[in-house]
Amino acid sequence: MADVMMTAVGKTSTETFPVGDTAPVRRMPVLEMRSISQIFPGVKALDGVSIALHAGEVTALIGENGAGKSTLVKILTGIYRPSEGEIVIDGQPVSFTSAQDAIDAGVTAIHQETVLFDELTVAENIFLGHAPRSRFGLIDWKTMNARAGELLHALESEIDPTIRLKDLSIAQRHLVAIARALSVEARIVIMDEPTAALSRKEIDDLFRIVEGLKKQGKAILFISHKFDEVYEIAENFVVFRDGRAVGNGKLAETPQDTIVRMMVGRDVANIFPKVEVSIGATVLSVENYCHPTEYRDISFELKRGEILGVYGLIGAGRSELCQSLFGVSQPSSGRLRVEGQDLKIRSSRDAIAAGIVYVPEERGRHGLALPMPIFQNMSLPSLARTSRSGFLKAANELALARKYAERLDLRAAALSVPVGTLSGGNQQKVVIGKWLATQPKVIILDEPTKGIDIGSKAAVHGFISELASEGLSIIMVSSELPEILGMSDRVLVMREGLMAGMFDRSELSAETLVRAATGNA
Amino acid sequence: MKKLLKHRELLLVGIIAIMVAGFATRAPGFATPGNLANIFNDTSILIILALGQMTVILTKSIDLSVAANLAFTGMAVAMLDAAYPGLPLALLVVLAIGIGAVLGAINGYLVWALQIPPIVVTLGTLTIYRGMAFVLSGGAWVNSHQMTPGFLNFPRVSVLGMPLLSWIAIVIVLLMWGLLTRTAFGRAAYASGGNPTAAVYAGIDIGKTRFFAFVLSGALSGLAGYLWVSRYAVAYVDVAAGFELDTVAASVIGGISIAGGIGSVGGAVLGALFLGVIKNALPVIGISPFAQMAISGIVIVLAVVFNARAERRAGRIILRDRGAKEVSA
Repeated sequence: MADVMMTAVGKTSTETFPVGDTAPVRRMPVLEMRSISQIFPGVKALDGVSIALHAGEVTALIGENGAGKSTLVKILTGIYRPSEGEIVIDGQPVSFTSAQDAIDAGVTAIHQETVLFDELTVAENIFLGHAPRSRFGLIDWKTMNARAGELLHALESEIDPTIRLKDLSIAQRHLVAIARALSVEARIVIMDEPTAALSRKEIDDLFRIVEGLKKQGKAILFISHKFDEVYEIAENFVVFRDGRAVGNGKLAETPQDTIVRMMVGRDVANIFPKVEVSIGATVLSVENYCHPTEYRDISFELKRGEILGVYGLIGAGRSELCQSLFGVSQPSSGRLRVEGQDLKIRSSRDAIAAGIVYVPEERGRHGLALPMPIFQNMSLPSLARTSRSGFLKAANELALARKYAERLDLRAAALSVPVGTLSGGNQQKVVIGKWLATQPKVIILDEPTKGIDIGSKAAVHGFISELASEGLSIIMVSSELPEILGMSDRVLVMREGLMAGMFDRSELSAETLVRAATGNA
Repeated sequence: MKKLLKHRELLLVGIIAIMVAGFATRAPGFATPGNLANIFNDTSILIILALGQMTVILTKSIDLSVAANLAFTGMAVAMLDAAYPGLPLALLVVLAIGIGAVLGAINGYLVWALQIPPIVVTLGTLTIYRGMAFVLSGGAWVNSHQMTPGFLNFPRVSVLGMPLLSWIAIVIVLLMWGLLTRTAFGRAAYASGGNPTAAVYAGIDIGKTRFFAFVLSGALSGLAGYLWVSRYAVAYVDVAAGFELDTVAASVIGGISIAGGIGSVGGAVLGALFLGVIKNALPVIGISPFAQMAISGIVIVLAVVFNARAERRAGRIILRDRGAKEVSA
């Protein structure tokens, strides 16, 4: 593929991209996935999904966060092996046992978060793992740099292949990642939210590259939440919801509303019976909270017994906002009051003392010390209360843990077993229990049901309602629309670090929120 | 994991018992209570240092300066005793602990405030503290005849049939056990190593916890400095050279995870005793000192392999869970 591009670019200096030897003719799909299912313990991530990709066409894969898009990418790139179903390339069934198999079969992916090495040069990054070799088996630097230069040139970029990656801007790094993906002989290119970190101009440049790839007859799977982009670049679409492919077709024949409905498509009210709670006085008020890089001008109030949903796409600044409320990062300006009192939250200790707690999204990384026993994890932020004159009292800690374990219906052999031995759902319960034990006023739940099965989800939702009815104020960050719609009294929508809207329960609808979050008025 | 740890401590007790029994067949008298008490007494200083080292390792750090700290502190108190024979012993012991704590605090400060990796900090201070011992003494030795009898004899005083040195070790073991299992500092140490991010989220100051772990390790090194100099009745620059590695080895053999967050006082003590038994037994059954070093080394590598396997087994659960989490990513 690199060779094709090189020679072609040499020939056609005026045209951006050459028309390859194979004009896009509609025939058998280049790649087909048939009834693919992916089952993880407790979760069915993909359920009988079938898609087909054609040469010279862009297929957009659309779905909410958690719909199974990333899982599909991982199957296509050989990282996961599907539990059921088959992948067919050019009519031949294939099975990928490693990432190398996928590359050999002509599948390459440009990932959402580019995995590159800061300390290596641009050329080394592009050819890592398949560098051209000299006669003696050593790396042929001259050829490598020359070919890297040609690849980048074909992408209309004049980045010097010999400089280190760390000296490049984000957009330039992205180009390097694309060049890396194209440095292997690939016919199927997966782009996993490639525009997430790019400016409008850079997106235009990227789309010209995609057009060029189309003309070369490559089959492209383009993953994005942004409808304007999808309509601009793609011919076909597939919509995923809850691990199923719920619709596909030609974008030219399908209005945006139809796709939004497919994405959301279920009767929300029945799944989330929201318990009516009498809303009390204002507990937390935030005014003009700003962060140097992540968000700007966020203001809201939270009342007793209220559930405030925070919705937005990945990268909208939701988690960062919540981390600032919890003192893990500092806002650059703004005012925060708890029950009318001005507070500066400089550390999580301050936040816990003020009655604000945060149940993080990544329970493994942020939430739990896995080698430590359940009861010690639960009591960690409450040690001041369970200790007597500076000494820990295991009996008090156990009593505390038992109380919340019972309340949350935690399933564990004993409270003294390490948290690492529990299932995902039960680990989540330990995290929630740990924070409830601090007797907070405000509890921030970041993606409370991410990665747990439907049954546990219902239990978690019931429990959130129960907390609200006990007078706790809840901030619930979620990427799952049904959850936001079903649980929230009000919803704060964020887009690119700004408030894109604040909606009361009476105004809530899937379409309104998706439009606000994606910027499609 | 805890079950495995308990199991592991029993396993160590078993191995040590088998070793003692084995050596006893070759060297009659090896397993007598008197000789075993001697071995414990010989290992006391290692136990004290290993407990400090273990606390530091629990917080995902390492202290390579313990032996250099010991050498400097030992030299300082020996010179003070030689120069001012009238100074009360209690004051010297307190000074030793204090000087050690200050040296430990320097390590801790560099790790905490300047965010330098602990291995780099303590590799640097290892050399600095030894250099300071040289500057202080000018390279001269302090010999037994220069020190006061009280200074020299204190660790040897017999109480209830055992020398004070052994009693000091026992007291420190009990104190450390209490500190690590019964105080908020101990819990913070485990949490900081077990999952630093989660610890921060729970309101624990990891930097401060590490700082105090280094201060503790330094204070124990200082105490060990006095004990070493008085026990061997000599102070010179190269005292306990390389002994920091023994403390790390004792911790690792005792099941303290080098990645932090896992380990117990009992494990560290048994790890130290394990090394102590080997060091005492090999000369008795006529194995050369060079072979001794090789054998100690092999044991350490085996212990690390064993630990790595145990930790990986625990790790799989996490991986499986991560797989499930990525579903929704």
